[in-house]
Amino acid sequence: MRYYDKLIFELSHPGRTGYSLPDGFEGSEASKTVSLTLDPTADAVPPLTLPRVAWVLEASLPSNLLRESKLDLPEVSEVDVVRHYTNLSQMNFGVDTGFYPLGSCTMKYNPKINEEIASHPLFAGLHPLQPAETVKGAQAVIDGLDAALAAITGMKHFTFLPCAGAHGELTGLMLMREYHMARGDSARTKVIVPDSAHGTNPASAAVCGLEIVEVKSGADGLVDVESLKPLLGPDIAGIMMTNPNTLGLFERQIGKIAKLVHDCGGLLYYDGANMNPLLGKVRPGDMGFDIMHLNLHKTFSTPHGGGGPGSGPVGVGERVLPYLREPRTSGFHGNFGVMLRAYAYILMLGKQNVKMAGPLATLSANYIKESLKDCYKLPIPTICKHEFVFDGLVNDGAREGKAGATTLDVAKRLLDYGFHAPTIYFPLLFHQALMIEPTETESLETLDEFIAVMKKIAAEAAEDPDILHGAPHNAPIGRPDETAAARNPILKA
Amino acid sequence: MGNFAYFPHTEDDIRVMLDRIGVRSLDDLYSDVPADFIYNKEYDLPDALSEQEVRNFFEELGKKNVQLKVFAGQGAYDHYVPAVIPYITSRSEFLTAYTPYQCEISQGTLRYIFEWQSMICRLTGMDVANASMYDGPSAAAEALRMAVSCTRKRNKVVVSTKLMQNVLDVVKSYLKYPDVEVVYAWDVLEELGPDVAGVIVPSICRHGIIQDLSGVADAVHAAGALLIEYCDPSALAVLKTPAEWGADIAVGDGQSLGIPLCYGGPYVGFLACKSEYMRKLPGRIVGQASDKDGKRCFVLTLQAREQHIRREKATSNICSNQSLMALWVTVYLSLMGPEGLRKVNELSFAGAHYLYDELLKTGCFEEAFPGRPFLKEFCLKPLVPVDVLQQKLLDAGFFGALELDGYVTFCVTERRSKAEIDALVAVIKEIAL
Repeated sequence: MRYYDKLIFELSHPGRTGYSLPDGFEGSEASKTVSLTLDPTADAVPPLTLPRVAWVLEASLPSNLLRESKLDLPEVSEVDVVRHYTNLSQMNFGVDTGFYPLGSCTMKYNPKINEEIASHPLFAGLHPLQPAETVKGAQAVIDGLDAALAAITGMKHFTFLPCAGAHGELTGLMLMREYHMARGDSARTKVIVPDSAHGTNPASAAVCGLEIVEVKSGADGLVDVESLKPLLGPDIAGIMMTNPNTLGLFERQIGKIAKLVHDCGGLLYYDGANMNPLLGKVRPGDMGFDIMHLNLHKTFSTPHGGGGPGSGPVGVGERVLPYLREPRTSGFHGNFGVMLRAYAYILMLGKQNVKMAGPLATLSANYIKESLKDCYKLPIPTICKHEFVFDGLVNDGAREGKAGATTLDVAKRLLDYGFHAPTIYFPLLFHQALMIEPTETESLETLDEFIAVMKKIAAEAAEDPDILHGAPHNAPIGRPDETAAARNPILKA
Repeated sequence: MGNFAYFPHTEDDIRVMLDRIGVRSLDDLYSDVPADFIYNKEYDLPDALSEQEVRNFFEELGKKNVQLKVFAGQGAYDHYVPAVIPYITSRSEFLTAYTPYQCEISQGTLRYIFEWQSMICRLTGMDVANASMYDGPSAAAEALRMAVSCTRKRNKVVVSTKLMQNVLDVVKSYLKYPDVEVVYAWDVLEELGPDVAGVIVPSICRHGIIQDLSGVADAVHAAGALLIEYCDPSALAVLKTPAEWGADIAVGDGQSLGIPLCYGGPYVGFLACKSEYMRKLPGRIVGQASDKDGKRCFVLTLQAREQHIRREKATSNICSNQSLMALWVTVYLSLMGPEGLRKVNELSFAGAHYLYDELLKTGCFEEAFPGRPFLKEFCLKPLVPVDVLQQKLLDAGFFGALELDGYVTFCVTERRSKAEIDALVAVIKEIAL
C-alpha cells in the first residue's frame, strides 16, 4: 500500500469539469411573465410578481429563496476524479485483499455474481413507488428471499426495512413493544441484556425507550440461569440474546431460558450478528426466539462497503406476526440492492450447500483456536462456534523497564504481515480481548499462514515487545494520535 | 465436498483440521448444542444453481418488471448517473472493507468519508456532518432525538406535516416509544412553547413548493428550541441553505445526488449541525489526525458518543453508516462540481416548468397552488379521473401523476428530454379528447 496524501479539494482547478450534460433544455422559448407569490406561510408578505424568463431558474424564482453563498465544490476533470479515488482505494484493505478475521463481523468472501445481479438494469431503474403490477419481478425477489430466510431461521416472515443490524434491533424491539401494547400489557418496559452482548443491544433498547437490565455471565461464559430467574417479572418485555454469544459459545441453556421468559410473559429477541455458525445447522425459531434480525452483510455474503449499506431484515414467529408491518424504520422498501445480492447467494448455496456453511465456519474457528492456544491465553477452552476470544499473549515480553505487548500491539503487528486484525477489546469481559472469526470461505493454507504469523508475533513479543509497540511498520501511515484528534476535532476540509 | 466455489475445503483439509481440534466429525463441533435444536431435515430451499442459472433466474424476474420513464419524485429522483461512479464504488478495496477500525490500512475509506463530511457541510452551510445515516427519513428521526438531547428538560418535538409521507411515517415509528411527545402541525410556529426541544420543517414541501422560511428560525430560537431543516441536497446548489435560513441541524437524503432509484435503496442519509451540537451527533465521524511521523491521516473520532463505548447511554444505536453510498455521492459531487450541480437544477427546473405549462394546456388539470415557486416537482388538481390518467400513462410507458392529498404530482429531472415530455403530454391530450 502506498501513501497518497491528496484530498479532492486540493486538486480543484477553477474552470475544470467532470460532468457531461446537455447544453440546455430544448423546450425553452421566448420570455413570458407569470405571477409568482411567495409561499404564504407568512400571510404578511405581499404577493410578488416576477417575470418567468424562458424557465430560467434564477430569473424566475424569488431571490430570497436562492442560495447566497458560493458553493465550494471541487472543480476537477473526470480523469482527476478516477485517479484520485483509485489512489485512495489503494490505501484500503478489503476481503478481496486478504484474510479479515474480524470477530463478530463475519467477513466472508463476497461473490461477484451478486454484484452483477445487484446492478442489473431491469431492477436498477425501478422507482420505489411504482404500482405493484409494474414491479412483479422486484416483489418476487422480496418474496423469494423472505421464504428462504424463513426456511433457514424457522421464523414465519421478515420485514426488509432495516438497513443494518442495529437498525434491525431497533425495529425488532419496536415489534416487541407493539406486541405487549396490543395486549394491554403496557407495564413491560424493561429488557434483559447479557453483559456479553454487542454494544448495539443496550443502545437499541434505550432508543426504543426500554430500560436495560443486565444479566451476568457465569464462569463458563454463558448466561447464568439462576441469575436470570430473579430478574423475570411482569415488567419484563423480553430478553435480547445472541447465540452463540460474543465469546463464540453456544448458550446451551437456551431451551430453559426460553421457557422461563415466555412463562413470565416476555419475548425472546435473537441478535443475528452471530448466525453464521448456525447457518444450515440450527434455526433460531426452533430455539424459541420470537423476533430476530439477520445481517445480510454478514451471514449472506453481501459486501460491507466500508461500513454499509447493509441490510438487517427482521423475522418474527407466530406471536408477533400480526404486527410485522407496523414499524416503518426506513423510507421505502429497505436496501433492495443488498437484498438482490443475498438472494443470489442463497440460490447459489441451495439446499445442498447451505448445510456445510455453518459447520465449515465452526471448523475454521476451532482450528485456529487449537493451533494458537499455547501462545495466546484462552480463557474458555471449550469447543467454540464461529469465533472465539483470546485474552492477550501468554508471554507479553514485559520485563524490567519495558512494558509488555498488548492486544493492540498484536493487532497492529498483524497489519505488517498482510492480515487484517481481529476485533480487539471486545467483548468487555476480558481486558485483552482478541476476538477471531475466520468464516468458511478461507482455505486451510490461509489459516495456516495466519497461525504461523500469530506465532511469529508471539515470539517477537517475547523477545522484544518494542517490535510490536512500533507497529505497523509497513502500512501507509503509522499509528495516529487519536487523543489529539478528539481534543481538537478537524472534521471537514 | 470441494466442489462449491465459495468453500475451499477438500475432504483431506477437513480431516487435517478435525484431527488438530481432536474431534472426529463436523457434527462433533456441535456437541454443545442440545440435540433437539439441530436441524436434521432438508432445508426448504431451491436446489443449488450454477452461476449461469442464477443469471438466467434474475433475467427472467427482471423481465417481469415494467421499465417506465419516471416522472415522479416524492423522495426518489431519477437524476443522471455519471458512468465513472459505479466503476469507482465497485473497486473491491472499497466494496469489501469493513468499518475502518484499523485506520492504518483504511485510509481510503476514512479519506472519502472526510470528503463527504466536507461536501455535506459545504452544501448545507453547516459546521459538522457525520459519516452518513441509513436514509433521509431515518436521519430526520435521529435529528429530532438529537434535538431533545441538546436541550434541557424539553421533551416535545414539532413535526411539519408539509414533510413527505415517508419521512412522516419513519419519524412516527422512531418516536412512538421513547419518552418524547410529538406534535404534527401544518403551521409549526403555532405549536411552539417552553417544552419544545426541536422543530422540523422541509425546505421543499411534499407538494413541491419551495418554502420561504423567513422568520422561522428566529421564532423557533426565541422559544428555546432547535430548528431542523429537511432538504433535497441536489437543490442546495441553487436554493438558500439551511444555514442561511438559520437552521441548527440539516438532514435529508443523498439519493438525489446521482444514486440510482433501485426500487428504494440503498440510498444514504446525511445529518449535519452547528458546531455547538457536535458531541450530540449520532453515528460515525471521521477526523483529521497526524501519525507518529507527522503525516496527515484520518481516524474515526469523538467515539465517546457511540454505542460500543457508551452502550445504553450512547447518542444513538447506529453503529454503521451507508459508507459506500457516501462514496457514491462524493464521487458524484466531485464530477459535477458547482457548475454541474447548478446545471442539473436549471435543466430540471426548465423541464418541470415546461411540463407544468403543457399539462395545464391539455385542460385535464387546474393549478393547485397558483404562483407558488417550485423546482422539479409540482402538484396539479386533476379534472379527469386519476385512475384513468395513471393507467393511460402506464400503458404508454410513463410513471407519473401520483395521487397525493387530492392532487396529482409530477417530477421532471434533467434526464427527461423535451421529446419525452411532449410524448407524455400527447398521451394526456388523448384523455382530454
